[in-house]
Amino acid sequence: MSARAEFDEVDMAILRALQEDGGRSAKAVAQLVGLSQPACWRRIRRLEEEGVIRGRRVRLDLRRLGYEVTVFLGVKLAARGRASLEDFERAVTAIPEVQLVQHVLGVYDYRLKVVARDLADFERILRRRILTLPGVGEVESNVLLSEEKSTPGLS
Amino acid sequence: MRQLDETDRRILRVMLREGDLTAAQIAERAGLSAAPCWRRIDRMTREGIILGRSARIDWARLGYAVRVFLRVTLDKTAPRAFDEFVAAARELPEVVTLQTLLGRVDVRMDVIARDLDHYRRIYREKILPLPHIADLESLLLVSELKNDDWAPV
Repeated sequence: MSARAEFDEVDMAILRALQEDGGRSAKAVAQLVGLSQPACWRRIRRLEEEGVIRGRRVRLDLRRLGYEVTVFLGVKLAARGRASLEDFERAVTAIPEVQLVQHVLGVYDYRLKVVARDLADFERILRRRILTLPGVGEVESNVLLSEEKSTPGLS
Repeated sequence: MRQLDETDRRILRVMLREGDLTAAQIAERAGLSAAPCWRRIDRMTREGIILGRSARIDWARLGYAVRVFLRVTLDKTAPRAFDEFVAAARELPEVVTLQTLLGRVDVRMDVIARDLDHYRRIYREKILPLPHIADLESLLLVSELKNDDWAPV
């Protein structure tokens, strides 16, 4: 990876500012990190061109939209399911309530994040959509209680 | 609480699909003229439905190639275990996500590192000394197949 060590403290400060609020103008970011506006704009441009900033996402309060429950699932594939990784992946990424699918190494094979209107709705999604996936074995659910930190404090 | 109508939901769907759009582009894609579209976005922002926008950052591009999910079970015989653990973990710059859960594990956190060697150092010097850990499970991210904040709006 050629990107290593090419980004300095100032770049990190810019990234933190934009992660907090992606709508900030180059001028606002420049003031926060102590750069001139053109210099800051050039750095933001470069971070975008290098693929460090991969666009922006809108953040919605899902509770206000009726999604009260977020659940993280650990999924183990059944021994026979390992032959059909692609079938599993294709099917699971197509479920609209599944926001996040990560292939992991450890006690589980996949991590999923599911949003649901309430626990009854979650149970319906789990039974009808998740447990019927091809190759699925053991599933563990952990309900999200609170998000204590979701922005990088990395310096 | 005000019910969102179909037009509001259409605007939200456009915004969720592409987070980079200007107000004018959102209006165009949602099939509205600019002023009423902007008023709806403004109202949903004031009502706290739209929380804002944030940059999507590719940490691997910055040289953080390793991401590990730690699932922590705390020693609940210590009365302030949750608070003390969360307060200490929150201070670690390598911990980029920290969530409390209801289930078999109590807390999960995402840790990023430059490589596995770097991760081992973080794990030994910063994670293991955290207070009140009863059990710790690690999952190493291999690949991310889907990550969007899209919800059936």
